[in-house]
Amino acid sequence: MKHVLVARVENKPGVLNRVASLFRRRGFNIDSLTVGETEVPEVSRMTIVVDATRTDASRVVHNLYKLVNVIEVEDITEKPAVVRDLVLIKVKADAKTRPEIIQLTQVFRGHVVDVAPESLIVELTGEEDKINSFVDVMRPFGIIEMVRTGIVAMVRGTSVNGHGRVGGNGSVL
Amino acid sequence: MELTGAEILWECLLREGVELVFGYPGGAILPTYDAMNFYPVRHVLVRHEQGAVHAADGYARASGRVGVAMATSGPGATNMVTGIATAMMDSSPVVCITGQVPTLAIGSDAFQETDVTGITLPITKHNYLVTDVRDLARTVKEAFYIARTGRPGPVLIDIPKDVQIARTEFVYPEDPVELPGYKPRTVIPPEDLERAVELINSARRPVILAGHGVLMSGAMRELREFAERGRIPVAQTLLGLGNFPASHPLCLGMMGMHGEAYVNQAIQEADLLLAFGMRFDDRVTGNVKTYAPKARKIHVDIDPSEINKNVKVDVGIVGDLKAVLQELLPHVEPVDRSAWLEQIDEWRDDTRRRDILNWDGGGKLWGAHVIHDIWRATEGNAIVVTDVGQHQMWEAQYYRHERPFTLITSGGLGTMGFALPAGIGAKLARPDEEVWVIAGDGGFQMTQAELATAVQERVPIRIAIINNGYLGMVRQWQEFFYEKRYAATPLVNPDFCKLAAAYDIPAFRVTRREEVIPTVQKAREVDGPVLIDFIVEKEDIVYPMVPAGADLHAMIRRPVEQYEKEVSK
Ligand SMILES: Cc1ncc(C[n+]2csc(CCOP(=O)(O)OP(=O)(O)O)c2C)c(N)n1
Ligand SMILES: [Mg+2]
Repeated sequence: MKHVLVARVENKPGVLNRVASLFRRRGFNIDSLTVGETEVPEVSRMTIVVDATRTDASRVVHNLYKLVNVIEVEDITEKPAVVRDLVLIKVKADAKTRPEIIQLTQVFRGHVVDVAPESLIVELTGEEDKINSFVDVMRPFGIIEMVRTGIVAMVRGTSVNGHGRVGGNGSVL
Repeated sequence: MELTGAEILWECLLREGVELVFGYPGGAILPTYDAMNFYPVRHVLVRHEQGAVHAADGYARASGRVGVAMATSGPGATNMVTGIATAMMDSSPVVCITGQVPTLAIGSDAFQETDVTGITLPITKHNYLVTDVRDLARTVKEAFYIARTGRPGPVLIDIPKDVQIARTEFVYPEDPVELPGYKPRTVIPPEDLERAVELINSARRPVILAGHGVLMSGAMRELREFAERGRIPVAQTLLGLGNFPASHPLCLGMMGMHGEAYVNQAIQEADLLLAFGMRFDDRVTGNVKTYAPKARKIHVDIDPSEINKNVKVDVGIVGDLKAVLQELLPHVEPVDRSAWLEQIDEWRDDTRRRDILNWDGGGKLWGAHVIHDIWRATEGNAIVVTDVGQHQMWEAQYYRHERPFTLITSGGLGTMGFALPAGIGAKLARPDEEVWVIAGDGGFQMTQAELATAVQERVPIRIAIINNGYLGMVRQWQEFFYEKRYAATPLVNPDFCKLAAAYDIPAFRVTRREEVIPTVQKAREVDGPVLIDFIVEKEDIVYPMVPAGADLHAMIRRPVEQYEKEVSK
């Protein structure tokens, strides 16, 4: 079972290091971690995917709260949310295979963002499962290079993060 | 008013109530030391920066106030690491201030440059690198706030030399500290309170596990009221000793690896554990799989990450213990638990039969007897600061602490070398109290350079070395678990009395039991630091013992026959 945690952290130097150091020293297993800006310049947002079969997600939440620069952590796994991963795949393509790859890309609602004589770069956004299937479909053509951003997520509806914090006891230590 | 960064630092320290700083100067912190001349603070020059942090730690634990340690960049700062980790593990409020190379030189491997905020990131509650003098005042205020509130801990502020020199308009941030990601608070959901009360009042064999949190929250009176009202016995962690009077009929004493057998037996048979400000350390639980199998568990702690970390509990309440106990107290019913208390007393009788105090020692000097006699001679009233090893456990077993904040010891990290510098800090924090440093012959040598600090600063501590010629605790493990192969544990020691003499410290050597109390009394009369070298039995054992990772009830006990034979003689 994968848990998706969203953490709002102070946008200050070294905060990512504090979070990474915490995961390392507590032996937390993390599938992915992304960081980016938010609507507030002083706040950045981390999306953290925890493999809950190996690491108790609530322990991750409580320990994140111990970091002074972590403002709020939310486990949005059970919430209706938009979850997105982005992939860039450079795949082998010649005159014969190119049309097929382009067609498959359209089926997955991806975009061809670069064309070279012997390769294509495809960009695809979507939920993890969709990306995984697309990668499987591309594999037979020969993947030259691939990069995934890791997951970003947002709870549906008007509220910010759906509110109601994990742990029940609010931001502590 | 325009001030330099160094001046701003002192202005802020004074506003935090700092009167005393432990430290050691060097190039990168020189502007701060120079500015110190113009401020009413006492500086205690240690002989090693580890000692500065331990002294600040001892000061903090004895006084309940934040201790301050200061050092230069690079080697000065790295020498602090052991002290900081010690304070972190025992949640001690210490603020460390280090000089750093100038901001423009950071990252260039400049002379005496070390990434101190990087090194101390996992061993501080929080740390700061101040790169703009305009941030300094607020940073100092935040650091003290973070160090002393919530679950206390060490905070480090790294200040580049140019920031110490730079000038800016000094405006003290008068507003209370407001940190978006740090808001310690107590919230007790009513259903948790209700469930806790139900478990408490229906328990027939409850035991309170009282930890360091009782002391840090100042919940001694509430704990006592709770225990007395519910007729519930109190077991203590090592760092909790003193949080409940040792002579109280409900006091069981220390639990865990070297706790008395009846205490651990009570825990294993209990139907309810009330964990108050403790964290189920592995030294306390033994094998967690077989720990207190019959007990429901209620855990109260200020740090939510401690709840369900080592031991799964039925009710976890996050908050300041004193506030939580005040909430719970009115609901605690006076349940008759005499059968349970009688049962524990029965187990206690068995422990008494094996107690080394019932034995005259057979003409030899035993560490436990020395501690017991120091306790008698000081009427149980001293502040005792221990090092780490066998003597530490004998202290915990045989110096019976009646008052809070009278035992200062490195529990979580188990740092040898802690006692002497921490003892200096404790004595400076509470000059009217009698302070005894009790150290092993091994650990004492790790920081013995601080004898000079005690002399230079005229700190009248009493030092007892429990000299067994071994790294005794390690030797004990080798005896039990490595077939007496004493690899690297025998010690060839200096003559500690001559060593003391080199510092002009009066010293006594004790080799026989009957000399212990008279010599301790003599030492108590000395004006200034004094040292006693107790030459004790070399191959002695701390009983009882739960081997690491074993079940809590699987204790190695002192062989009763041997002692009965000796006692009957
Ligand atoms: C800095 C440090 N190094 C090593 C240890 C491991 N250790 C724990 S107890 C002990 C022996 C202590 O010997 P001594 O100070 O003579 O005390 P005794 O056990 O003999 O009373 C050692 C080496 C430690 N706790 N701290
Ligand atoms: Mg020794």
